[in-house]
Amino acid sequence: MLEWRRRREPSTPMLWLSPLIAIGLTMLAGMLVFTAMGYDGFHAVGSIFVTPFAEPQRWADIGVKAAPLVLIALGLAIGFRANVWNIGAEGQYVMGAIAGTGVALATYDMSGWWILPAMALAGILGGMAWAAIPALLRVKLQVSEILTSLMLTYVAVQFLFFLVRGPWKDPDGFNFPQTRMFTADQTLPTIMEGSLVHIGIPVALLLAVIAWLLMEKTTAGYAVKVVGLAPAAARHGGFSAARTTWATMLLSGGLAGLAGLFEAAGPFGQLTPQFPVGYGFTAIIVAFLGRLSPLGIIFGGLVLAGTYVGGEIAQSTVRLPQAATGLFQAMLLFMLLATDVLVRWRIVWKRRAA
Amino acid sequence: MNQPREQEVPPRLALAHISKSFPGVKANDDISLSVRPGEIHALLGENGAGKSTLVKIIYGVQQADEGTISWNGSPVSIPSPKAARRLGIGMVFQHFSLFDAMTVIENIALGLDEAVDREALKGQVAAILQSYSLPLDPEREVHTLSVGERQRIEIVRCLLQKPKLLIMDEPTSVLTPQEVERLFATLRQIAAEGCSILYISHKLSEIKALCDSATILRGGRVVATCDPKVETTRRMAELMIGAELRRIEHGRASGAGAVRLAVSGLSLPGAPPFGTDLREIAFEARAGEILGIAGVAGNGQAELLTALSGERPATAPDAIRLDGKPIGLEGAGARRTLGLSCVPEERNGHAAVPDFSLAENGILTARHRLPLAPHGIISRGAVRRFADGVIKLFDVRTTGSAAPARSLSGGNLQKFIMGREIGQQPAVLVVSQPTWGVDAGAAAAIRQELVDLAAKGSAVVVISQDLDELLELADRLCVINEGRLSTPRPVASLGIDEIGLMMGGIHGAGEQAEAAHA
Ligand SMILES: Nc1ncnc2c1ncn2[C@@H]1O[C@H](COP(=O)(O)OP(=O)(O)OP(=O)(O)O)[C@@H](O)[C@H]1O
Ligand SMILES: [Mg+2]
Repeated sequence: MLEWRRRREPSTPMLWLSPLIAIGLTMLAGMLVFTAMGYDGFHAVGSIFVTPFAEPQRWADIGVKAAPLVLIALGLAIGFRANVWNIGAEGQYVMGAIAGTGVALATYDMSGWWILPAMALAGILGGMAWAAIPALLRVKLQVSEILTSLMLTYVAVQFLFFLVRGPWKDPDGFNFPQTRMFTADQTLPTIMEGSLVHIGIPVALLLAVIAWLLMEKTTAGYAVKVVGLAPAAARHGGFSAARTTWATMLLSGGLAGLAGLFEAAGPFGQLTPQFPVGYGFTAIIVAFLGRLSPLGIIFGGLVLAGTYVGGEIAQSTVRLPQAATGLFQAMLLFMLLATDVLVRWRIVWKRRAA
Repeated sequence: MNQPREQEVPPRLALAHISKSFPGVKANDDISLSVRPGEIHALLGENGAGKSTLVKIIYGVQQADEGTISWNGSPVSIPSPKAARRLGIGMVFQHFSLFDAMTVIENIALGLDEAVDREALKGQVAAILQSYSLPLDPEREVHTLSVGERQRIEIVRCLLQKPKLLIMDEPTSVLTPQEVERLFATLRQIAAEGCSILYISHKLSEIKALCDSATILRGGRVVATCDPKVETTRRMAELMIGAELRRIEHGRASGAGAVRLAVSGLSLPGAPPFGTDLREIAFEARAGEILGIAGVAGNGQAELLTALSGERPATAPDAIRLDGKPIGLEGAGARRTLGLSCVPEERNGHAAVPDFSLAENGILTARHRLPLAPHGIISRGAVRRFADGVIKLFDVRTTGSAAPARSLSGGNLQKFIMGREIGQQPAVLVVSQPTWGVDAGAAAAIRQELVDLAAKGSAVVVISQDLDELLELADRLCVINEGRLSTPRPVASLGIDEIGLMMGGIHGAGEQAEAAHA
C-alpha cells in the first residue's frame, strides 16, 4: 500500500528534482492526451520538448524568446520571495513597450546613440508606474496585489489597442492598426549577423547574475527573504514590509517594462495589436520552474522558450493547434505544483499489517 | 504514592536502548527507562539533552533509529501520534494548538480523531471538568483565557481519550505560581487513578514536589536515575550539567547611575483583534541597574516590548528617551543603532527566523552596531565569526553557525539569541522571559551575563513571569497588569506575597471566583 509520510525537513534534492519530474510528467500526460485526441502524440511531444534543443538552427529563436521571459521572471521571483504576488507583469510589459514607443514616436525624425537608452529608460519607468498602482493600494489600503495587478493587465492591453487604432496609427500604414516602424537608431542592435539575436539576451543573462548577487550578498536581498519568511522577525530586525513591497513591485514592474521595450524595439520593431503574447503570464511558470532562484530562472526561461518554438514546429509537423503551446505550459505549472508536494512529503511503500 | 514495586505488574511503558540521530548529533543514545502504572516520572536534562526528542518518539511524532518500546509488557511500534493516542498515550505540548477565535468546546471538538456528537461531547467535557475540579468555561472564546486555562483545554483533550500515559513537555514555564499549584493537584489526581505521567521541566523544585522518580539525561544518554523526593535540587542540577552549579555574583554598585532609558506617558492601542492596550506607561532604568517587570502573561508584556523595540513606534517622540535623546518615533533599526536592544519572548519567527542559519540570524539584529554588512554588502566572514563567537561564549550546543535555527533545542536557541544581543554591548537591554525553557546551568549563565552587562554601565529591563528569577536579578520591581505598569519599588522592600497579589490582579480574582463555583 502506498502511504504519504511527512518529511522532517523539506528535501533540498527534491526541491531541484521536482521541476525535472514535472517536465517528465508533462511530456507523458501530453503524449496520452494528444494521442487520445487523434494526433500523433509521440511526435507532438518530441517537437515541443526535444526538437527545439536538438536542432542548432532553432537556438537563436529560443534565445530571443527566453530573454523577455527571464527578465520578467527575475523580478517576479524576487517579489514572490517577499510574499509580494505581482501577477500582472503582462500589463507592465505592455506599458513598458508603450512608454518606450512614445519616446520612439517623439524622436522619429531625430538620430543619435542616445535614443535607444532613452527608450529603454522610458520602458522601465512605464512598467514601474503600472506596478506602482497595486503597490500603493496594497501598502495604503491592504488591497490584494494579486487582483489589482491582474486587472490592470486588461486595462493596459485595451490602452494599447486604443493607441494603435487611434492616435499612434501609422499615417502611411494603409489604415492598419499599428504604429510606424522604428528607425535604425530605435532598434536593438543584433549581436549575430543576419539573425534576430539581439542585445536583450546578454542583458538578461547579466541581470540574472546581478539579481543573484543582490539576493545572496546584500542586505536588500536579505530583507526580501526575511519579510517573506517571517514578517514579525523582519519588523524586529528593522526591515519595513511596506518598503519591501514597494521595492519588489517597482523592480518587477521595471524589469517587465524593459522586457516589453526590448520586444518592441527588437523582434516587433513597432507596436501592433498582436504585441501582448502572454510572456508576462508565462514568466510566472518560469519563476517557479527556476525555484525562484535567479540562476534557476535561466534554465526555466530556456524550457518555456522551447515550448513556444516547439509549439510552432508541432503546428507544421503534426498539425497541432496553436493553443497546444499554452496547454503544455499550463500543464507544466500544474505538474510542478503537484510534484512540489514531494519536497515536504515522501511516498513509502508499506505492506498492510494483518 | 511510592508503592513497593510489584514484579508481577509489567511497566506501563518501557524503553529499551532507544537511539535517534539527527545530522551531526546523536539526540538519544541508548536510552532505557520504565514507567510504572500511576507513576509520575520526571525527565531531566540540560537544553539539548534529548528530552523532547525522546517523548516525540514515544508519541509517534518521530521514529527511533534503534531500540524497542514496550507497552504494558508487549513490544509495540508507534508510527504516528494517532497510533499513540489509540494505545492510550496523550501529550500536552509547550506550544498549544488552539484557535483564538473559537470557543473551548469547539477547540476540543476539532482536536478529536473521530467526529463526536456535540451534545455528547459537552456532557463528557463537563464530567471531566467536574471530576478534576478544573475551572474552565466550555463556552468561552479562547482569546479571553489565561495561559493556565488554555493549558487546561489541552489537558481535557487528552483526558477525553482516557489516557494511560500522559506526557507533559515543560508545562509550567508560562504559568503563575497559583496556576502551577492547580495543575499539580490535577496531575496528582490523574496519577492516583492509575494513569502514568512523564513530566519534563527545568524547574527542579517542582519536580521535587510532584514526581516519584526521575531519569536524568545528558548529551542524549541516561546519566542517573534518582528519587527527587530525597535528592537536593542542587545535586540534581549538578547531575544534569555534570559539573558544579555556578552561583550568581552580584559584583555591582547598585542604584544611582544616570538614567539611560526613560519612558513616560506611553499609551498605545493593542493590535487588533486581541491585543492589550498600553496605558500611560512610565518608568526609568538607570545605568548599572536591573529593573524587573513582573506580570501574568497577556497583560501587555508583548505590546510593551514591541513599543520599546520600535516595531510599533510611539505617538510622541519624548514618550521614550534613550540617554536623554527622544526616540519615540524612531524605528527598530535606528533604536538599535543608538544602543537600545530588545529580545521578545517568542523565539521562532520573532527573535529569530527558523529557516535561516544561525549566522544569518546574526545579521537580523546585529548589523546595525557591528560591521556585518558594510554598505549593504553582507560580509560572510564577519557574519560567521560573529555567530561562532556567540556560540562559543554562550556555550550554544549546535553543529555550527551553518545550522538552521529551527534545528536547535529551545533553550539553545534562546542562548544564541541572548548572546547575540549581549555581545553587542547595548546601552539598554530589554528582554522578555530571558531564561524561558533554558536549563538550570544555562539559566544561571544567562543571568550572570545580564548582571555583568549592568555592572558595566548598561541598564537592563527584564520582563518575566518567573518571580524567583526577578527576585534573584532585579534591583527594582514593578508589575504590569491590563496594560498598566505599577511604580517600580526596590526589591528589598517587597514581600513575595505582596508581589503575588499585585501580579494576580484581575486574573487571580476571576479564577478564585470560578474555583468557588466548581
Ligand atoms: N529536527 C531536528 N533536526 C536536527 N537536529 C535536531 C532536531 N530536533 C532536535 N535536534 C537536536 O537534537 C538534540 C536534542 O534536542 P531536544 O529538542 O530533544 O532537546 P531538549 O532536551 O528537549 O532541550 P530543551 O530543554 O532545550 O528543550 C539537540 O542537539 C537538537 O539540536
Ligand atoms: Mg525540549
